[in-house]
Amino acid sequence: MDARLLPYLLILPVTLFLGVFFIYPFVLVAQQAFTIGAGFTLENFREVTSYWKFSISLKNTFLLALAVVPVQLALSLLMATMVNRMGKGRDLVLYVWTIPLGISDLAAGIIWLAIFEQSGFLNSMMTGLGVTDQPVNFLSYQNPVTVFVAIMLAEIWRATAIMLVIIVAGIGLIPKEYYEAAEVFGASPWKRFVKITLPLLRPSLQTALILRVVLAFEVFAVVVALGGTLFPVLMGEIYTYQFDLQNGGNAAALALIVLGISLVFTLVILRALRVPKGATI
Amino acid sequence: MTLQTTLAAAASGLSLLFGMSAAQAEVLFWSTQARPAEEAQAMRREVLSGFEPGVDYQPNEDGPWLTRLQAEQQAGSGSIGVLGALHGNFSALEPDTLVDMGDIDVSVSSDTFANLAKLGTDTMQYVPWMQASYIMAANKQALQYLPEGADLDALTYDQLIEWAANVHKATGAPKFGFPAGPKGLKHRFFQGYLYPSYTNGVVRTFASPEAVTAWEKFRTLWEHTNPASTNFSFMQEQLLSGDAWIVFDHTSRLAQAFNERPDDFVAFPAPAGPAGRGFMPVLAGLAIPETAPDKEASRALVEYMLKPETQIATLRATSFFPVIDVELPDDLPPAVKAAGDAVAKMSASEDANPGLLPAGLGEKGGDFNRVFTDTFERIILAGQPIEQVLEDQKTALARIMEETGAPCWAPDAPSEGACPVE
Repeated sequence: MDARLLPYLLILPVTLFLGVFFIYPFVLVAQQAFTIGAGFTLENFREVTSYWKFSISLKNTFLLALAVVPVQLALSLLMATMVNRMGKGRDLVLYVWTIPLGISDLAAGIIWLAIFEQSGFLNSMMTGLGVTDQPVNFLSYQNPVTVFVAIMLAEIWRATAIMLVIIVAGIGLIPKEYYEAAEVFGASPWKRFVKITLPLLRPSLQTALILRVVLAFEVFAVVVALGGTLFPVLMGEIYTYQFDLQNGGNAAALALIVLGISLVFTLVILRALRVPKGATI
Repeated sequence: MTLQTTLAAAASGLSLLFGMSAAQAEVLFWSTQARPAEEAQAMRREVLSGFEPGVDYQPNEDGPWLTRLQAEQQAGSGSIGVLGALHGNFSALEPDTLVDMGDIDVSVSSDTFANLAKLGTDTMQYVPWMQASYIMAANKQALQYLPEGADLDALTYDQLIEWAANVHKATGAPKFGFPAGPKGLKHRFFQGYLYPSYTNGVVRTFASPEAVTAWEKFRTLWEHTNPASTNFSFMQEQLLSGDAWIVFDHTSRLAQAFNERPDDFVAFPAPAGPAGRGFMPVLAGLAIPETAPDKEASRALVEYMLKPETQIATLRATSFFPVIDVELPDDLPPAVKAAGDAVAKMSASEDANPGLLPAGLGEKGGDFNRVFTDTFERIILAGQPIEQVLEDQKTALARIMEETGAPCWAPDAPSEGACPVE
């Protein structure tokens, strides 16, 4: 076999899979978004963006991403450095930290619902300790801030591990020599982190951030479980259009808007964290 | 993998294969009703076990239900034999995709239902299957706080508000419960209960001065409503947990409370407003898709479902009432008795103002409901001024009525052409 053909042959199955299960449905969705009946139209986009909840759900989605992703970035960096320094028990700690990754988002939402509910664990604990005499309703429309915080906590708990795994792998790739040299010159641990770890981690940070940010715009099940209709997000609105209103065109249009937002952010992250040409570790 | 586990895996794989091939001969009953696991099991075991050659009963959420049906229709061949769903589910379908049921031999007791089932055509597109309604229920502990002179079976909205306020004051917690959760049926309360009771209409009177009063009353009631109501969807759960003492919901969404602790709860008619005691039925039907693999078997199953014995078995399994005239036995479950009494009192009351299910909206049924839930969210949860919200939502409602051309239904006065929003 020609060695030049081999790589193409090897990526063929994946390309076919992506073509059939991603590109083709994507084309269909795009088609659905831009047509009503036979002709080309932007009516679907006009309808979804002029709905009074659109701006609210857009704002909520951005707020949530803005609140969750930086915390997750900091946490996963901290956790990754900690794991990296461990000798014994490193694998065990890593396994435990990645458990939430194996749980579906809806299950994660329900776990946190069991904590925050009116008759949930947090309330039983608080009444047990005598902090409150009546169970407090954390997840009500009167406490939008607690609803937001609960969703934020659940998201951070659920999805930090995915960044952690990528960053741990990235840190493992950084040659030890740089650190040894830095130590010889008397660099403090913080300096070593800022001057060596962070710059050399760029490619991993890029991947981790893109994955996380895109997923943050697609947040759905956790929000539904904890906030119900109190905290509308874009994905929830897509679900409503598709299944409650049976309006595939509107759902497709909104899905394309989410795709557009994700694309913009991916490009921004790619650009901001790009590795200069020729620079390798 | 040890030999033993390999064998076990192979055996289970084989049995699955045989199970699937056996299911081929059964009629696939694709339903949006009787979804909770116990109800589905009761349907399979008590209701459908008597039908030869057997039924594969598959209940599903509305979305997946419709998606598979549409996929089969687009493919031009399918495996679904019989559809079971609410009137609203059927009215969102093209009547052409359903087998005409005009010649089926049934005597549906209500002409209204038989007419609804035509879906705007000349012949029945689905056969009425079972019916229910929405009622009120209360924990007996709440009864001591009933306002003076109030009759539980003939409450007015003002008395209900006073009652909820009394309970709130006495217990220190708001104990009225309202199914305003994501899966709750709150829109039906507005369409079939609050609006008819205050405005004697739903569409025409959407933004009338009477509607403003209705929303003002509801806002007062909301002050004594458990704020967690925005997460409540099946009020039986809150009745049982004690989070709510006085509730409104679908009869089958209250059934569990009555069946588990029949002595602790009472069921009673919905309250009355200045325009009477508005209430609304729930109608489920059976249809056969044009793509059904064996239409004769499907038809036999539909006929089987409408036999008096099957209708009573269905009542026991799902708490949905028969649509044909049958003699009800005495040994019915407590939930059925309680709900049956409350519905009977409600329809027999002097000020009864029965409404109909929205008709002629086609696939815009979801949008119609959204007008009401949006109005609720904006007025009650977001605290926006009533008149302004109604003016705003009115345009959305008018657009739906114009697009679908749906004529008015009771209690709105009949219209020529699309029902106008006045």
